[in-house]
Amino acid sequence: MTAPTLSSSAPATSGQLATFWLDGDLYGIEVEHVQEVLRSQQLTRVPLAPTAVAGLINLRGQVVTAIELRERLGRPPRPEGTDPVVIVVRLHGEAVSMLVDSIADVVDVDAGDFEAPPDTLEGQARDLIRGAYKLHGQLLLALDVQKAVNSA
Amino acid sequence: MDGLDDIVEEFLVESHENLDQLDTDLVALEQEPNSRERLSSIFRTIHTIKGTSGFLAFNRLEEVTHVGENMLSRLRDGELDLTPHRTSVLLQMVDTVRSLLTSIEATGGEGSVDVSAVVAGISAAMENGDGPAADAPAAAPAPVAAKAPAAAKAPAKAPAAAKAPAKAPAKAAAKKAPARKSPATAAAPAKRAPRAKAVPKPAPVAPEPVEELHDDLPVEPVLPAAVAEEHPVSEPAVDHPEGEAAAPDAAGGQTRRAVADSTIRVDVDLLDELMLLVGELVLTRNQIVQNVARQTDTDLIRASQRLNLIASELQEGVMKTRMQPIDHIWSKLPRVVRDLGLQLKKSIRLDMEGRETELDKTLLEAVKDPLTHLVRNSVDHGIEAPEDRKKAGKPTEGVLTLRARHESGQVVVEVADDGAGIDPVKLGAKAVQRGLLAQDALARMSPADILQLIFLPGFSTAAAVTNVSGRGVGMDVVKTNIEAIGGTIEVESEAGRGTVCRLRIPLTLAIVPALTVECATDRYAIPQISLQELVSLDAEKAANAVEEVGGAQVYRLRGELLPLVRLTDVLGLTSERHDGHVVIAVLRSEGRRFGLVVDRVINTEEIVVKAVGGQLKAIGLYSGATVLGDGTVALILDVQALARRALRTETTERQESRASVAAAAAAETDRQRMLLASIGGGRRVAIPLDTVTRLEQVRTDAVEKVGNREVVQYRGAILPMVRLDRHLGAYGETDREVLEVIVYADHGRSVAIVVEEILDIVDGEAAIRSDIDDMGLLGSAVLGDKVTELLDVRAAILAADPQFYSAHPATLAPAAFSPSAPSGVSDSLLEV
Repeated sequence: MTAPTLSSSAPATSGQLATFWLDGDLYGIEVEHVQEVLRSQQLTRVPLAPTAVAGLINLRGQVVTAIELRERLGRPPRPEGTDPVVIVVRLHGEAVSMLVDSIADVVDVDAGDFEAPPDTLEGQARDLIRGAYKLHGQLLLALDVQKAVNSA
Repeated sequence: MDGLDDIVEEFLVESHENLDQLDTDLVALEQEPNSRERLSSIFRTIHTIKGTSGFLAFNRLEEVTHVGENMLSRLRDGELDLTPHRTSVLLQMVDTVRSLLTSIEATGGEGSVDVSAVVAGISAAMENGDGPAADAPAAAPAPVAAKAPAAAKAPAKAPAAAKAPAKAPAKAAAKKAPARKSPATAAAPAKRAPRAKAVPKPAPVAPEPVEELHDDLPVEPVLPAAVAEEHPVSEPAVDHPEGEAAAPDAAGGQTRRAVADSTIRVDVDLLDELMLLVGELVLTRNQIVQNVARQTDTDLIRASQRLNLIASELQEGVMKTRMQPIDHIWSKLPRVVRDLGLQLKKSIRLDMEGRETELDKTLLEAVKDPLTHLVRNSVDHGIEAPEDRKKAGKPTEGVLTLRARHESGQVVVEVADDGAGIDPVKLGAKAVQRGLLAQDALARMSPADILQLIFLPGFSTAAAVTNVSGRGVGMDVVKTNIEAIGGTIEVESEAGRGTVCRLRIPLTLAIVPALTVECATDRYAIPQISLQELVSLDAEKAANAVEEVGGAQVYRLRGELLPLVRLTDVLGLTSERHDGHVVIAVLRSEGRRFGLVVDRVINTEEIVVKAVGGQLKAIGLYSGATVLGDGTVALILDVQALARRALRTETTERQESRASVAAAAAAETDRQRMLLASIGGGRRVAIPLDTVTRLEQVRTDAVEKVGNREVVQYRGAILPMVRLDRHLGAYGETDREVLEVIVYADHGRSVAIVVEEILDIVDGEAAIRSDIDDMGLLGSAVLGDKVTELLDVRAAILAADPQFYSAHPATLAPAAFSPSAPSGVSDSLLEV
């Protein structure tokens, strides 16, 4: 597995980000981490788990934890009747999945467009966002996948 | 052959493989005589065979490999050069070893295989690299002539290499040589065999020249081993009328495969992979079978039934490949016991029952250390010194018994000794002393509960720390290790009679039989290893059978109180079941039982355990997850963790099998006479009879008030009163004319305990206490067929008279001697 941008200590990186929408904002994660993207899956809830753990999904016989990214980023719950999209990421050989609103394009980003996280971001989310890339007419928030799925 | 034990069998399999390798290596070595690597490899192989054969007392095998090893070591160290002649004698040695092994395999002994010629040959070859016939006729192999040009180089070096010590063997060989003419000649034809890629022949053995045969005739029939079964070598013998005695044996050999031919070695990783695939197949099978069950196509149904069957058989088969008898780890224990026994000057006999019981290899490995620890523990602490045993009227020889058996899909392994047993009193005292337990918590524990304390971390009961055990690490580690593989451990002990440690281990790790249950619309899997039985109660029954004691629910299962735990409560969910039905899964964890109330039971299913991510492991309630037949994910409940979380440990550690445990010291507190009284609201209370002085009846209008306390005049004293119904929060009738009073007196002070009605006196068995405890109660028990609460007398008395126990010592002395003091009449109690 190659994960050149795994380290969050080097925030400004160029490369490709897989982007997705969450509560009206555009987020991106390093494309190397993404294993696959799935339509909404049947979730098995895990009582007593941290609130961000949405449940377990069956990924071709493999049991994968699903993290509700809205909860993780302190956003309001997804509106009734809308199904989340599942992004399966592979970190250190272990598959974990994140629930997002919808998937967007893979975007080439340039380190020159990178800026520290906007001051308007609040506590919980701030830890998980490495910074923002200024795309034309849109801000792309770079998510720290590792943190997002780990300390959930 | 029947006498062959596993060690020999393993040795044979291993050696045969090694020998095949040797043939290749030796031949290859001829091409590159200086390959140190190859020489080392050959040396190691021969060395291994030598070592094992010495251990197994195969002397001739040892002799021949020993001399071969000598030569190889000198070759390896560069003291000798490898000449074709030397290669030949080495190959000859390999052949001899092979025929010895064949003989061992066939008869269990070395038979009549003669090794002296080869030994002499090798010894001579060490002396002289080109092995001219004049020097060592016995070893002169045919190829020498053919290889003469090559060998010609050798003599120059040979004298240099031939060191002094080599002289003696050479002489010995020379002496033997004349007597061994026939093997020598026999060696020649045989020698060609391996080269010709024929089936390897044990060269010096069977194909003796015909004229020699009648010399050997008296010997041959009694030593059929010389005729190696399945080897062409035996054929000449069969051809000869004289050899007929050997024929049946050889023929018999054809019907079954030789040990080495019937087994192969397989990489454990490959088996793991197979197991994984079978696991997936089982899951898929489950899905298909479930789907097909809804179909009507009979062909499809039939096919799915077959798939079902085949998958099961395949699973069983693959599991079997990983199974090994527990003897593999047991076989090392006699030595451990012997050495330890000697060291501790104890005489101990080790009995083993069920050594053929099979277990998954991974599990076997995991059980090895804990088991060894338990055995060491038993030898060290369990079995007493001979003189102590004599004093106790036991034979001086202690007996340690290992038992293994299959029991409902698990393997039960017991380590039992007939030693002193564990004294619960001492054990409890130790636990308190170490600060692992509070004194009052100890007082409430049954002896069986106390025994389980040995599994607490940092606990060791050894009075002295020996170098064997007693350092306070041990049983808790054993327990952790056993639990890590999904097993359980319990201890039973009878003072003076011995101790039994019982391990329950799943047959295999990957595929687990489990019960799937539903709770709040989700499904959960409970490993069968923890499951004892299922109880289903309809609404009507449940209303009666599920009793509330001190706010907690219990169910009386065949007379024993079973604390109930609602899975919904543990998981913080809301049950979807509103019809009043109660489904109880009776689970066992660490020797205690409890009932897990679930919404409904779905079925039993073979599940494949999948690891869950770190976030979920941290919750500590799930041991993993699995994919069910319909593709949904279900969490696997960790019963041990569940029990720990749901039941308070200090009151709940108990062992179900209380039958065998009856420590004398604890027996008193365990079986006492109890006074049964009702306190209103249908509740019954038991009061230990030895705390009761008198039973009286008091008219209600005699009750007076002092401050906010009720008192009654009694024999010229003021008796503080406690109404038990109020004290325990029950609500009886208050407008009775006559109150039933239990008088309790101690050190000249008395209190009156008011109950609704005195019911009975029973022999209480406090061992069936349940784990529920509430203010003013010690717990509950089934007495006289009803759940009865055990009164905490001390608390009740303090409620009536807070100064009862802190009475001034000065006032106690005279009171104790006063004949009119109520304490003096305690013998005449029970006037009612």
